[in-house]
Amino acid sequence: MTESFANQSWLSFITFAPLVGALFIAAARMVARKNDDGSINAEDLPTVERNSKIIALVFTTFTFLLSLGAYALYDPSVAGYQLVEQFPWLGGGISYKMGVDGISILFVLLTTFFMPICILASWNSIKSRVGDYMIAFLVLETLMIGVFCALDLFLFYFFFEGSLIPMFLIIGVWGSKGTKEFAGVVMPSRIYASLKFFLYTLLGSLLMLIAMAWMYAQAGTTDIPALQNYDFPAGAQTWLWIAFFASFAVKMPMWPVHTWLPDAHVQAPTAGSVVLAAILLKMGGYGFLRFSLPMFPLASADFAPFVFALSVIAIIYTSLVALAQEDIKKLIAYSSVAHMGFVTMGIFTGTEQGIDGALFQMLSHGFISGALFLCVGVVYDRMHTREIAAYGGLVHRMPLYAFLFLFFTMGNVGLPGTSGFVGEILTMTGAFKLNSWIAFFAAFGVILSAAYALRLYRAVMYGKLEKEALMTITDVNTRELATLGVLMAFALFLGFNPGPALNVFSPAVDLLIENYNTALMAGGVN
Amino acid sequence: MGLFETLSFARPELALAIGAMALLITGVFLGDKAAPKISIAAVALLAIAGVLVFVSPGGGATASLFDGAFRIDAFSAFCKILIYAAAGFAILMSDRYLAGEKLGRFEYPVLIVLAALGMSMMVSASDLISLYMGLETQSLALYILAAFNRDSRRSTEAGLKYFVLGALSSCLLLYGASLVYGFTGSTVFTEIAKAASLSGDNAGLVIGLVFMISGLAFKVSAAPFHMWTPDVYEGSPTPVTAFFAAAPKLAAMALFTRVLMSSFPGVLDDWQPVIALIALASMLVGAFSAIAQTNIKRLMAYSSIGHMGYALIGLASGSSAGVSSVLIYMAIYIVMTVGTFAVILMMRRRGGMTENISDLAGLSRTNMPMALILTVLLFSLAGVPPTAGFFGKWYVFLAAVDAGLIWLAVAGVLASAVSAFYYLRVVWFMWFDDPAPAFERDHGPALGFAAWGSALLMFPVLTVAMGYLRQVAETAAASLF
Repeated sequence: MTESFANQSWLSFITFAPLVGALFIAAARMVARKNDDGSINAEDLPTVERNSKIIALVFTTFTFLLSLGAYALYDPSVAGYQLVEQFPWLGGGISYKMGVDGISILFVLLTTFFMPICILASWNSIKSRVGDYMIAFLVLETLMIGVFCALDLFLFYFFFEGSLIPMFLIIGVWGSKGTKEFAGVVMPSRIYASLKFFLYTLLGSLLMLIAMAWMYAQAGTTDIPALQNYDFPAGAQTWLWIAFFASFAVKMPMWPVHTWLPDAHVQAPTAGSVVLAAILLKMGGYGFLRFSLPMFPLASADFAPFVFALSVIAIIYTSLVALAQEDIKKLIAYSSVAHMGFVTMGIFTGTEQGIDGALFQMLSHGFISGALFLCVGVVYDRMHTREIAAYGGLVHRMPLYAFLFLFFTMGNVGLPGTSGFVGEILTMTGAFKLNSWIAFFAAFGVILSAAYALRLYRAVMYGKLEKEALMTITDVNTRELATLGVLMAFALFLGFNPGPALNVFSPAVDLLIENYNTALMAGGVN
Repeated sequence: MGLFETLSFARPELALAIGAMALLITGVFLGDKAAPKISIAAVALLAIAGVLVFVSPGGGATASLFDGAFRIDAFSAFCKILIYAAAGFAILMSDRYLAGEKLGRFEYPVLIVLAALGMSMMVSASDLISLYMGLETQSLALYILAAFNRDSRRSTEAGLKYFVLGALSSCLLLYGASLVYGFTGSTVFTEIAKAASLSGDNAGLVIGLVFMISGLAFKVSAAPFHMWTPDVYEGSPTPVTAFFAAAPKLAAMALFTRVLMSSFPGVLDDWQPVIALIALASMLVGAFSAIAQTNIKRLMAYSSIGHMGYALIGLASGSSAGVSSVLIYMAIYIVMTVGTFAVILMMRRRGGMTENISDLAGLSRTNMPMALILTVLLFSLAGVPPTAGFFGKWYVFLAAVDAGLIWLAVAGVLASAVSAFYYLRVVWFMWFDDPAPAFERDHGPALGFAAWGSALLMFPVLTVAMGYLRQVAETAAASLF
């Protein structure tokens, strides 16, 4: 009985394990000696902070191990949902239902894999309110895993929107300095960025809430597998698709609703940027694959040209914008938007290569852009500036760092041998099959990405080491080397041998495409 | 039914009425020194009334008393429990404040009990006469409470403003009621419903109905009848504001619901657009006017206007699902409001109360528990998951979509995105700004209990147990049909 219970609730364990860690940190805070005003005693503070970090690291690592366990239990040869668990919740067709298929299991792994790295990346760079910071990250992890495991639309939304709260606090409290004038009010730019992030994504997802209510009123349930099999009338699909699109396009983000991302990336602390780039953005793509395509196939086919247009604009336009950036993080943020353009393009081709490629691109972008933000964090911790102009000639003082940065820059460009290449080539093959012009224009993005990435690399790494402040800069330390090294190993491994990842999600993708095409046939499209 | 048998069904109201008189007489004899004891007795009285709701004859069964003027059903029981609880907390939360402002008079708890009695009659009223009696019993007590700090100009201004506008709205309501009576020939809701569904041309009835809706919209402070709310909220003593924002809103909303659902289901097509427009206006006023506020009591006033708009969405749906969504929304709203005002009452610094949002700056550094509680409550007010406020919004939007009012639901989500901004602004003060001087930490057990309790209810208790609240609300809603 206990064993079957463990099997039945495996995903819940993974989801809520970080939350337990957060409670431990809160408890550690509570037992510490306090001053009269309620703040923690100066003597106890270093201990409490160190314990918070250790608890966070232990729990995120433990969660990662648990998710590896889930991966071991998962049978990749079967296409449907596995490790399914269901408990009554609100009643009336809304329940607490979790499960994974080939598409989501890898995102769960990506999330749990990145969290210990984020904790390590924050080890020395977060100086104030360390305990609160770790709690915010652990809560965020719970919500993110929940998004990928939820098999109930209501539950999905619950986690999806809930994840805004910890991220809002992470950007706003631990964001970088500087002020910005907005609508006549001068405010710290981290607050501007966190509000923009929150309100932008909230507005997008609220429209999805209405669509959800409508679907629930029609189908009488929010069970995702049931809704995927429910035939919504063609006219309604259009509206539902638009509402879901509003939410996922903002999250993705797609041009022209991407403007929150550069702000959020620039202001967020390093680990916040990593989570944003590696995991939060993937929720948009995941949403398209989980909801838009299977639930509204007719509308998806109708809107595909529109999505292609936006994707191509995103790829070319944001690449050009990236060329003009003065801030390293902003440049990488714009390149993220461009790379997500490949993902949306691939998804809406509705072909096997396209969707496989989109999924692979999301995984690979997770590793590579996550690593790039970690790289920026390395020099930011030392120099406290992200301006490209403040650097130059770093290769002379930091050879190891220069090598790592070069590798991830090349991965970002999509050099063959790195995982970035596989994703881009697959999505472009998928697009090429459908319409060679789309692939033609998207290919410009690859060239442009080389231009901005190499420009960045040259400006930061090469040239003479002239700046006074850079003379004493030190190379990566063991902790940084370890985190970046692991990511490099993954990016290389998947670049040379994409099979392990493709094998996990292709049964699910095949099923999705089969259902998609059946629905299109039935709907009289093609 | 004999008189005693009939009265036995109204035990909670009888207990409150007799108890309030007894407390008043005791107070007159013992003087203001006994105010704390009378407060405790009043809370006990409300608790007893709450228990009596459950142990009334037939326990939760439906009964119609006094020729249909007074109705006992699951709907009224649901509302009464919440009203008594909110009134009890309003008394408990006031002790420090009233003592600090030298307002510790024994009339305060008695007036709250009398107001609770009026509200209790409101939620059971099923006749135009008993409706008006309940409403006025409540309102008279509330006018005095608003002006309770009689030496303060702002408080007396609040009381006067509330009285004048409240009287005006009562006139509108009465005039509407007289028209309805004239066109249907009865004051009992069920008889009105029968007459309303019979007559072919019911223009006069609809005019009367619109007047009644205007009067009731005043009472729930829905736009465009909301003008009094910010001034009264700001001017009244803070514990009184806490009371105003919670129980009377529920009572008026319940009355509103019962009037429309049991007397006028036949003319749904006539009143649905009116309620929908009132809901829309309230949400917009609540969302946009609150942005510029610097005083947290005024902010809460506009916030409550907005929340009434969301609850009215459920009412506009005109269905059983709609009524149950109103009840769910109001239950969650009351808990959030009581908790938020408990935190506002903790904003005390060196003996003086502070009311500005900027006083909360850096609260997460100076008083983490208080900041955490307020953050949970604010996110719940904004309707962001995983807090309970989100479920409230979900059910009203669901009812609206189900009833074909998709435009209203879309307007609702857009308004809630705007209103998220000003709730976030408070969060930003607490978490992102440099600390202002710390608040006093000694605020008594009642405030701490109310604040912690409501925050924990919003998250995680109701998050997990929402299914239970939904069931109870659905049973309550079903008793209206």
